[in-house]
Amino acid sequence: MSELKSMSDNTPSSPERRRFIGAATATAAGLTIAPGVMLIEVAHGRSEEQAASSAVRWGMLIDATQCATGCDDCVTACSTENGWTPVAKSQHPKQAPQWIRKLELQDPLTQMETNLPMMCQHCDEAPCVDVCPTGASFKRADGIVLVNRHTCIGCRYCMMACPYKARSLVHEPLNDTQKADVPRGVGCVEACTLCVQKIDRGDGNTACAEACTAAGHSALLFGDMNDPESEISKRLRELPTKQVRADLNLNLGVRYHGI
Amino acid sequence: MAGKMKRLLALGVVVLTTAALAWAGSEDQPKAGGAPKPTITKAVKGEHCVEPNDYMRRNHMKLLMHQRDETVLEGVRTKKYSLKECINCHASEKTGSVAAAKDDFCVSCHSYAAVKIDCFDCHSTKPQGSMAMHPLNAETAHYSHQLAARANSKVSAEEMAGVAQ
Repeated sequence: MSELKSMSDNTPSSPERRRFIGAATATAAGLTIAPGVMLIEVAHGRSEEQAASSAVRWGMLIDATQCATGCDDCVTACSTENGWTPVAKSQHPKQAPQWIRKLELQDPLTQMETNLPMMCQHCDEAPCVDVCPTGASFKRADGIVLVNRHTCIGCRYCMMACPYKARSLVHEPLNDTQKADVPRGVGCVEACTLCVQKIDRGDGNTACAEACTAAGHSALLFGDMNDPESEISKRLRELPTKQVRADLNLNLGVRYHGI
Repeated sequence: MAGKMKRLLALGVVVLTTAALAWAGSEDQPKAGGAPKPTITKAVKGEHCVEPNDYMRRNHMKLLMHQRDETVLEGVRTKKYSLKECINCHASEKTGSVAAAKDDFCVSCHSYAAVKIDCFDCHSTKPQGSMAMHPLNAETAHYSHQLAARANSKVSAEEMAGVAQ
């Protein structure tokens, strides 16, 4: 009892202490917010030894109303970044890889034209991952659908399963024309990687989106769909968007506006 | 009869062992006109490898295999055991590659050991510039002709030596 009393005696109940406690609580509150913010920042620009995290889901919003007729800067940028030969320059156009392709659609009744790039839609429930017999086709923690070329046997089941015709097979040896950051080789299936080498480097953008912005169209917006404060999440909240073949219920990472 | 057989057998073992030892001993000395030894060129950059040479000679494939799965599946791109960094240091000054010519770093030993490498079916054998020198960034992305020209240019030895770590 005496101990308790002495303790309570020692406790100063001056206004200074109250102010101090108030300040301390405020600081603590600030800290609790700060780590939250930090977490998101770390997830975006993660360090080299940190694995990709499912706290992030990379995605893309394509504004077809801004996509210009005749412009294929996104396709060029993709082929340059990733080292694949575009169809126009290929010796075998029917076998040429198409990580991204430009579509120009026309409504037969109204003649309205729609432009849009089409590529791997980075499905949450990816059919290519379901059908792969070796597990080479996989979805990374941050939502990017990739092919592990070390296990791909080139059977092309995934190409048949893909509703978006997004994948292609490398038919002939590439003879050391690959980019150092983008290994690709004969007998393996490949597709858009959302510029995974750039993401891992911390660039936070894809080659196609950078090119589209540089060309002044800004039709492609890349970002983290899990972060409510990201530009892409904000735009997705505001704009009416569609998933291509939404009936398949694949929960796509690429959303379109204006189609 | 059985004793004689045993003695003969023991003699045979002794003779064989001696012959094997003599043969193994001769292996240590450089033989003129023997099997051609691999040429191991010193790396263009850096003083020493990421691990001691002996360890690397026996275990580089294990390190690369481990790293490859981490990189592909999890996106961990640490530089220490990455194939890209091997290439950055070991690409020959002559060919700018680790596997273009017969005596380039990887090929030289692998052809001696008769072990086929399939890394370079998919991976580039040449180093490439850092991101700062990368042909593609937001400002230049739409100049496709410039990019094509730069993408086709060969990497020079100076450029190779200047590749950022």
